[in-house]
Amino acid sequence: MGIREEILRIIEKNSRIDVHELSVMIGADEIAVANELKTLEEEGVICGYHTMVDWSKTEIEKVNALIEVKVTPQRGLGFDSIAERIYKYPEVTSVYLMSGGFDLMVILEGKSLQEVAGFVNNKLATLDTVLSTATHFILKKYKDHGTILTKKYEDTREIITP
Amino acid sequence: MRSPIGKKVVDIKPSGIRKFFDIVQETEGAISLGVGEPDFDTPWHIRDEGIYSLEKGRTFYTSNSGLKELRVEVSNYIKRTQGVDYDPIKEIFVTVGGSEAIDLALRAMVDPGDEVLIPQPSYVSYEPCAILADATPVIIELKVENEFRLTAQEVLDKITDKTKILILPFPNNPTGAVMGKEDLEAIAKVVVEKDLYVISDEIYSELTYNGKHVSIVSLPGMKERTILINGFSKAYAMTGWRLGYACGPEEIMAQMVKIHQFAIMCAPTTSQYAAIEALKNGDDDVKMMREQYNHRRRYLLNEFERIGLPCFEPNGAFYVFPSIKKFGMSSEEFCTRLLKEEKLAVVPGTAFGDCGEGYIRISYAYSVENLKAAMERLENFISKL
Repeated sequence: MGIREEILRIIEKNSRIDVHELSVMIGADEIAVANELKTLEEEGVICGYHTMVDWSKTEIEKVNALIEVKVTPQRGLGFDSIAERIYKYPEVTSVYLMSGGFDLMVILEGKSLQEVAGFVNNKLATLDTVLSTATHFILKKYKDHGTILTKKYEDTREIITP
Repeated sequence: MRSPIGKKVVDIKPSGIRKFFDIVQETEGAISLGVGEPDFDTPWHIRDEGIYSLEKGRTFYTSNSGLKELRVEVSNYIKRTQGVDYDPIKEIFVTVGGSEAIDLALRAMVDPGDEVLIPQPSYVSYEPCAILADATPVIIELKVENEFRLTAQEVLDKITDKTKILILPFPNNPTGAVMGKEDLEAIAKVVVEKDLYVISDEIYSELTYNGKHVSIVSLPGMKERTILINGFSKAYAMTGWRLGYACGPEEIMAQMVKIHQFAIMCAPTTSQYAAIEALKNGDDDVKMMREQYNHRRRYLLNEFERIGLPCFEPNGAFYVFPSIKKFGMSSEEFCTRLLKEEKLAVVPGTAFGDCGEGYIRISYAYSVENLKAAMERLENFISKL
């Protein structure tokens, strides 16, 4: 296994790790690791270094919704052009093409229920190619991006064992 | 009134770890690197199978030897990792942790006065178990210049007419030492020549970082002379499930099962169902954990070098065993002062045998953040010496 996969596995969980520590942990040369990171960024494999924020623990109100969207694919363009129209809205955080009962899954972040509803009614549903929408509001996030948000890790082991 | 206590038991020294445990517990705000078990939770799919077995009402004894399905999985596992065939019915049985298997193997195989060779530093229970079985423990002191591996000469030096068993504790707790194929071949030669039996405690077999673990049972003529002991605690982070197994010649297994049936009846049923899942679908979990241990191991070795703590590179288990000889203190003094002055708990090497003097055991079954905080304290402490 090359260092690439191991680098990705580590920084996917901890993007703040510095190159030196990363190279120590995977037992590789520091310059090789730095080069690999650069290549990964250039190739777009690494798309960004984000921070996971649990907004519900702040005073700032955020509302998240999942919207199932059925659309009419366009000749020659398939779903891509409609997806692009949708993802250009800054309040849209994710757009996925789905298999199954609907076509696009749109994830939205807004300040309030009204704002999200307004977006769906005024912008999304009125697009020509959109046939229908079904909006689901997220009530509570238990786990996000592999991280459990509702509970902190607690070491319950005995302090010293043979 | 006469003493209610038997003499044999009184004479056994209590574990050196126990004593240290009491001091650590009284120290508020202490960080511990003293734990001998994984920090990972048992993978959820394994726990789920345990829960499911309870839901289905699998709450009865199993056969003394354990669930057949589990023994078949153990047999498959040894076949695929070591290329050795064990009959799941006659040559494998399930125990309450690897530790029960150690006890049973000794009790089943020795007569009073038989000598048992025990390489140290090593896990705390071999010596007391040998004594309780009325055998005479004979300690082999492993050396740092051999990277704490056992050499054929060291075995030869301790062999007498009474020597019957050699304990082979690799990958090793507390040193992290691993025996390679050539090392084992040299040992196997002596074992055959001198007509010894081996109890090979391979509980850390999945945690090696420089090539795959080689079991002595994979060498010609050794399956017949070896009790292979392994379990689920370390590989699958299942310490609390208390589940291990022993594999070996039918003749010996039959006697071990006999003791097991009278003393224990059978290993916990829930754990056995969970263990089937572990062996069937747990390979990816083991791989993930091994990779993370390896990251931490490399991190610690790098830190030791930075702060000036000499340590050979251990390639197994989840311990490092640095030397503290240059500070002119005993292991116990070093650990006690480290705890008092910097609130960092590590285990004195002497807890694993007298020849652990001059060393400390540091476990890396902790998150990197935890290790970082601990290394800060260790560096502070060392810089004051």
